[in-house]
Amino acid sequence: MSRSAERMPRLLALVPYFLARPGINIEEAAQDFDVSPKQLRKDLELLWMCGLPGYGPGDLIDLSFEGDTVSVTFDAGMRRPLRLTGGEATTLLIALRALAETPGVVDTAAVHRAIAKIEEAAGAAQPSGVVVGHGVREAASTARTRETVRDALQAGRALRIRYYSASRDRITDRTVDPMRLLIVQAIGYLEAWCRLAGDVRKFRLDRIDQVEVLDEQAAPPPHAEPTDLSEGVFSPQPDQPEAVLVLDPDARWAAEYYPCEELAELDGGRLRVRMRYGDRSWMVRLVLGLGGGARVEAPDDLAQAVRQRAADALERARHLPVISGQ
Amino acid sequence: MSTARAERLVNLVLALLSTRQYLTAERIRGIVPGYADATSDEAFSRMFERDKTELRELGIPLETGRNSAFDTVEGYRIARRDYELGEIELAPDEATAVALAARLWDSPELTGQAHGALVKLRAAGVEVDDNAPTIVEPRVHTEPSFAPLLAAVQDGQVVQFEYRRSGSPERRRRTLEPWGVVSWRARWYVVGHDRDRDAPRCFRLSRILGEVRRIGEPGVVRRPQDVNLLEFVAGTPGTEDPDADTSPVSLARLWVADGRAAGIRRRARPVGRMTVGADEGDVVELDLLFPESAADWIAGHGPDVLVIEPDVLAKSVRDRLERVLHGEGP
Repeated sequence: MSRSAERMPRLLALVPYFLARPGINIEEAAQDFDVSPKQLRKDLELLWMCGLPGYGPGDLIDLSFEGDTVSVTFDAGMRRPLRLTGGEATTLLIALRALAETPGVVDTAAVHRAIAKIEEAAGAAQPSGVVVGHGVREAASTARTRETVRDALQAGRALRIRYYSASRDRITDRTVDPMRLLIVQAIGYLEAWCRLAGDVRKFRLDRIDQVEVLDEQAAPPPHAEPTDLSEGVFSPQPDQPEAVLVLDPDARWAAEYYPCEELAELDGGRLRVRMRYGDRSWMVRLVLGLGGGARVEAPDDLAQAVRQRAADALERARHLPVISGQ
Repeated sequence: MSTARAERLVNLVLALLSTRQYLTAERIRGIVPGYADATSDEAFSRMFERDKTELRELGIPLETGRNSAFDTVEGYRIARRDYELGEIELAPDEATAVALAARLWDSPELTGQAHGALVKLRAAGVEVDDNAPTIVEPRVHTEPSFAPLLAAVQDGQVVQFEYRRSGSPERRRRTLEPWGVVSWRARWYVVGHDRDRDAPRCFRLSRILGEVRRIGEPGVVRRPQDVNLLEFVAGTPGTEDPDADTSPVSLARLWVADGRAAGIRRRARPVGRMTVGADEGDVVELDLLFPESAADWIAGHGPDVLVIEPDVLAKSVRDRLERVLHGEGP
């Protein structure tokens, strides 16, 4: 929404806001409305010029400034905020329902109380047409990991974890300084400063095989920034190597499952995609596992590596001891 | 928006809120400051029409009517009970939930809407601190088609979109009377009456390509009373949870090279040792839940994982590797 499109809703909300909080500091109010104190003062000056027909001194909205604080002395009938629009009520209520379906975030009872109160206050703007069903079922071990991670975050403690990295297909033990718990599309991640990698990393909770809370304080370095989630949890990085694959119809699911860029529809229902990857061994496993349903067009050395692994596997399988009945 | 226009709109709202009588456009022109700037009837009329549209877009319930049967033109007013947000008080834990909910969306459009709601709740005296650091940060991903479909559901309007079924390159235009948007197993679906098939259908939002167009008049779509949207989606093939706990259908015995394939090892139980050619490794047992995807998974490991039994799995893996090496048959 543009800045100017936000101004009317703000102008209509300011008088009731100050009525509800007599003597509040301008700085604090500006923060609540996500504008600069300067902009807020401009808004208040504008409101000062507004009022009831007649527009005499007793008809105009009257605000009194004392130092940096504001109080409303005459509201001109603007005592309550405008009701929620259908869109506002719906987006908030669906988000609350999704929150209630996500385990381990907040007290579910509090969410349901909030839903009931907002539905009642929203009145006629009650949403319809959206149903939030179950998230992905969570294994009991993942739920236990989540609780331990939460405890460590609350207590500000470092963690020792045994982590399975799916991209490297390796298990490593690491000490991490927890920063926050992310739950994206019902999948939980621990975001932490990883002392092994010397960087901020996200660890999927269902891939943490062991976790131990240390006595040591968690101390992520000051430059450890939480990742921006606006592009998804794992956004492909421009410096990562890329592969061009041609997917047969029965391998097209991969384009839906992994982030990639669709380049062209080819004959026979095949799809050409560009996919970025962090670890080459992961890409090799993906293509091999697609069992011929994916052909590597570029780079050549990746195509070569895939063929070599397939040939090695077939060769080694010939050395397996024969079992009776085979 | 210019300061003059913002000022005029606030004055218009205050004037219409304070009157029980319907005010005609002419009367409004006479009393609300700002309209005096209009140099002609035509200029005023354009200005006033734009302002009415703006108020309606803000969600202000503008009523029209006549004060008596003798009035020749309609007037306007705003009923306070329809304008004002109802009383609301939130306990601290409820307010925390609301603040988290407002930043749950990953779409700027929906986040903007949720923030609009927060502004109003704060103006109603509710303390909602949405900058408070929280240790748990939930996010919900939505597709670009989410907001337009939701709006169409609420307005009861028919929609058209291009849809691509899983694994198929074919795009098809679908015409749907949408009944609802459903979140099921962390994915979004729209359910409704498919006009082309003349039957109820559900569509996954991530497979909708391009724009969702609304066709026809609002208020046309009637959602049947007896349909449970969630059960409908849950009962549609292809919506199953791939990670669901299911009982294993069979057991596989694998050879895993030493120091390799950690992902397979953490799901398997070691049962012995074996040398293959000159290479040492563990023999492990693995519960097979989905034999087909297990074959993909095992084949991906190349020479690091070999299937000892069952034969059918060994053959599936071998076929995959052969196809990688030699391509499809004729």
